[in-house]
Amino acid sequence: MKKEINLNMPSSSEGMSRIDGRLKVTGAAKYSAEYTVEGLTYGVLVGSTITKGTITAIDTKAAERAPGVIAVITHVNAIKVPGFQSEAGKPSAVRAQLKVFDDNKIVYNGQPVAVVIANTYERALYGASLVKTQYSKEQHETSLNASIGKGFPPHGDGLYKRGIQDAWKSAPYKVEQEYIVPTDTHNPMELHAIIAKWEADDKVTVWDKTQGVKATQHDIAQLFNIPVDNVQVNSKFVGGAFGSALRTWPHEVVALIAAKMVKRPVKLVLSRADMFTSVGHRPYTWQKIGIGATADGKLTGITHEAYGQTSTFENFTEGPVGVSQGLYACPNVNTKYNLVALNIGTPTWMRGPGEATGAFALESALDELSYLLKIDPIELRLRNYAETDPESGKPFSSKFLNEAYQMGADHIGWAERKPEPGTLKKDGLLVGYGIGCGMFGAYRSGATIKAKMTADGILLLQTAVSDIGPGTGTAMVLIAAEQMGIPAGNIRFENGASDLPQAPTQGGSATTASVGSAVHYACIELKEKFQKLTGNDSPKAIDYAQVLKQHNLPLLEVTTKSTAGDDRDKYAMNSWSVHFVKVLVNAATGVVKIDKVASVADSGHIISPKTARSQVVGGAIGGIGMALMEEAVMDHRYGRYINNNFADYHVAVNADIPQIDAQFVNKPDPYINPMGAKGMAEIALIGMAAAVANAVYNATGKRVRELPITPDKVMA
Amino acid sequence: MKQFQYICPTTQQGVLDVINKPGTKIIAGGTNLVDLMKRGVTAPDKLVDINHLPLKSIISTPKGLYIGALALNSAVAEHELVARQYPLLAMALKAGASPQLRNMATVGGNMMQRTRCGYFYDTTMPCNKRAPGSGCGAYEGVNRMHAIFGGSSQCIAVHPSDMCVALAALNAVVIIAGKKGERRLPFTDFHRLPGEHPEMDNHLAANELIVGVEIPNNHFAANSYYLKVRDRQSYAFALVSVAAALDIENGIIRHARLAMGGVAHKPWRLFDAEQALAGKPVSEDSFKQAAQLAMQGAKGYGQNAFKLKLAPATIAEALKHAAGLA
Ligand SMILES: Cc1cc2nc3c(=O)[nH]c(=O)nc-3n(C[C@H](O)[C@H](O)[C@H](O)COP(=O)(O)OP(=O)(O)OC[C@H]3O[C@@H](n4cnc5c(N)ncnc54)[C@H](O)[C@@H]3O)c2cc1C
Repeated sequence: MKKEINLNMPSSSEGMSRIDGRLKVTGAAKYSAEYTVEGLTYGVLVGSTITKGTITAIDTKAAERAPGVIAVITHVNAIKVPGFQSEAGKPSAVRAQLKVFDDNKIVYNGQPVAVVIANTYERALYGASLVKTQYSKEQHETSLNASIGKGFPPHGDGLYKRGIQDAWKSAPYKVEQEYIVPTDTHNPMELHAIIAKWEADDKVTVWDKTQGVKATQHDIAQLFNIPVDNVQVNSKFVGGAFGSALRTWPHEVVALIAAKMVKRPVKLVLSRADMFTSVGHRPYTWQKIGIGATADGKLTGITHEAYGQTSTFENFTEGPVGVSQGLYACPNVNTKYNLVALNIGTPTWMRGPGEATGAFALESALDELSYLLKIDPIELRLRNYAETDPESGKPFSSKFLNEAYQMGADHIGWAERKPEPGTLKKDGLLVGYGIGCGMFGAYRSGATIKAKMTADGILLLQTAVSDIGPGTGTAMVLIAAEQMGIPAGNIRFENGASDLPQAPTQGGSATTASVGSAVHYACIELKEKFQKLTGNDSPKAIDYAQVLKQHNLPLLEVTTKSTAGDDRDKYAMNSWSVHFVKVLVNAATGVVKIDKVASVADSGHIISPKTARSQVVGGAIGGIGMALMEEAVMDHRYGRYINNNFADYHVAVNADIPQIDAQFVNKPDPYINPMGAKGMAEIALIGMAAAVANAVYNATGKRVRELPITPDKVMA
Repeated sequence: MKQFQYICPTTQQGVLDVINKPGTKIIAGGTNLVDLMKRGVTAPDKLVDINHLPLKSIISTPKGLYIGALALNSAVAEHELVARQYPLLAMALKAGASPQLRNMATVGGNMMQRTRCGYFYDTTMPCNKRAPGSGCGAYEGVNRMHAIFGGSSQCIAVHPSDMCVALAALNAVVIIAGKKGERRLPFTDFHRLPGEHPEMDNHLAANELIVGVEIPNNHFAANSYYLKVRDRQSYAFALVSVAAALDIENGIIRHARLAMGGVAHKPWRLFDAEQALAGKPVSEDSFKQAAQLAMQGAKGYGQNAFKLKLAPATIAEALKHAAGLA
């Protein structure tokens, strides 16, 4: 049902700062590794130094004798994890994951082969250095390029087709090119960490870095065959994740095994090097695009193939070819998506997941086509603007991407762009402009909020959802303030614990749409309860504290569940973005400097302007990193990453980041949810890498199709 | 971590008395040594903290500038004398690491910092520098950052310092204290090429201590430039860096000094190019010719072959900046 949403509705408390900002900058926010638990012990992992084979012997004696060491746990002495034993009836998440310490098989380098538990971290670390493992090596495969012939479709035949197969080939103007996105790692600032404490044989509490406390709770219950309610998962603050904490990883299982075995709580914090092997990554992906158009720039066909990495024990899939299916009105599209199983840890969704990978290829290819056609890249996009969803034919719930193009073009100064590459110069540097678009499904799932108004006039909102940094709590407080007509300062938000009401895992840019809807409806219900008490349904602001006092009540509360409506069947729902980038390039040295970014999000109504802006800025920075410098480099002879630290794996630093002009169309989507708000975390990054690559081409005439765009690839 | 002894002598003699014992290491700012200890690359039994020695001074002498071995990288970079008379050094220092690291890092420690080669840092990998005889992982491996000059089949690692590139260009002298008193070594002779012994980075003996460096007076202050090409704008080691200093009179180069970083096991002085520039007019052509001359004997090993092109481009670019043409 279409909701009337006042377009001029001011965002409540325009520009309110994060509710947890002070806690974060003063260090008062407590992250998973920072809890003090009585009798705590410390675990340090020992990782495999081979890439494939078996452990033939593991000598733990020296480690066991080292001062302070309590236990050394390996596949030889580890308790059996029930969830690893019987496959029947287990969800695939449990079935397929690495069965850590279950046997002597090695399937990737860095795989945990032992954990040393000691009474201090330093002693555990030293103990870990004393564990000596012997292996029988087998030939490993880690290079996607070398193994691409072994690609296989993850589901069905991995093919999609509408219209004519490979129609681009018969177009008068066409481009066919290959694109590579390397392995990127999430590497949030906060290292993955868990404290596991068994309260009883079948009852456990964990403080764990996770994007979904409920999902982790269920995984642990399945793995250890204990009742779900006996698992308490706390994740009050998460110092970034970008997708790396969307699932349960081996180190979490290790901590649970160890805590059970030593009968004391165990804290396990990954090292920075472990962050490269053990908690996923953006999969290295090889893509090929064929794209064709008529002389007036009408797309006639797109063929998009993608081969992405996965591990040998799990199929990780994402959607790199989806952008080619849905971003433009093109009658003939066929895509193919394959996986290549390699001896690496399983990849996982990284911000903008497959769409970011796919958009780099599609938006680069479209840019190449624009030069061939001599049509301005914005104009080319407008000529192929999808008014309805090209995949399903359904109308969009809302789409203002064309307005976003205009806003972004104005903000970057697109008029200054020269169509001929290498012709615009400033202070001895080449100047270039580029554009790249992003799209991502606008999702919404079920969520429950408990809202409680107490006699002091304070409203407490409770739900299990994690807040990994986007400012979820802030947005929820703003939604409630608007509905209840009370100051944001009178609202508390409690989250990140599995005993709170159900909420989805924070991922896929769906939290505000899902949990926010529950907040919205909970507040309406709560208000109605008050109105019933007063017998007064006047829309005038209610003095809640006063009403409670008058009726001698300590509180009024509601528990409200919200689910997506059936509008989802009638409309195609997406968020869109467009990124404009201006670069300065030193032609001689190939150094690219981003001079300006203008990113525009079409993500419905903006609820929290400040944190929304942070999302766009953060996404642009992630995209600049992806474009210019991020790459986990592996020596395939050994299957080990060479740059597994923050000195050598480059993420963008302040000096790389110019002024980022974050803009919003800020028009509500009338169908997605009562606030008209759509997700924006992913689209903030999707398309950015292509915008940079396209700007570099415009500046230099050098087309870089393999990320990252380092100076060696650009220099004359 | 392995347990170790930590001592903190207050006199130079106290330091010299203990440092020649095997397993003993000097610690200054600790920004490199502690990382190496954490990664298991080195595991000293005894750390000798030298921070209580009076070696922090930066003073002008009749012959030039004296900088104590314990002067902080940030203190040197921001020192008024350095900024005015040796801007090349200030620029090089500021191009290195991060403000936080420069606030801890010392001049002596910077000279003694070890290579950032990934194979050196990973104790499971072959590396002749870390474990002589184990092979060189980089030679046919990931060697994008590696040397194009002076490498050997044993090692193609580079010395990662920026500061040292400027000091090499400025003809600095290293002052070294040992049991038998002080000795002076030209900066360009301090670091060595890997040859058959890549485990040795330089010519400092185990029982010696760097006490300071001296930079002679020069006429380069007006025309100096340090250009560092790297994968991000800050906080990254050089792919190639160039320290360029020119003494120009009436559009003619009287003397030139050039050194490169990121290309060899030591700061790489470009003596031939310097000579070629002397007497030439300030022009892009002279710079390009000198840059080509500098590349004699350069050799790529695969991934780093791009440096054969990047290095001369960077030399020419740095000279342009130094001459005020850019
Ligand atoms: C992330 C990162 C990025 C960096 N980026 C750069 C960069 O871009 N450019 C750059 O140039 N550098 C860079 N560095 C390196 C930094 O400059 C060095 O770590 C620093 O200069 C070392 O100085 P220190 O005083 O901390 O040395 P320490 O770590 O204390 O010691 C290093 C070595 O020097 C020896 N030593 C110290 N003082 C003396 C002395 N007086 N006599 C004899 N031996 C001595 C020690 O025994 C030890 O072996 C970076 C470092 C890090 C960690």
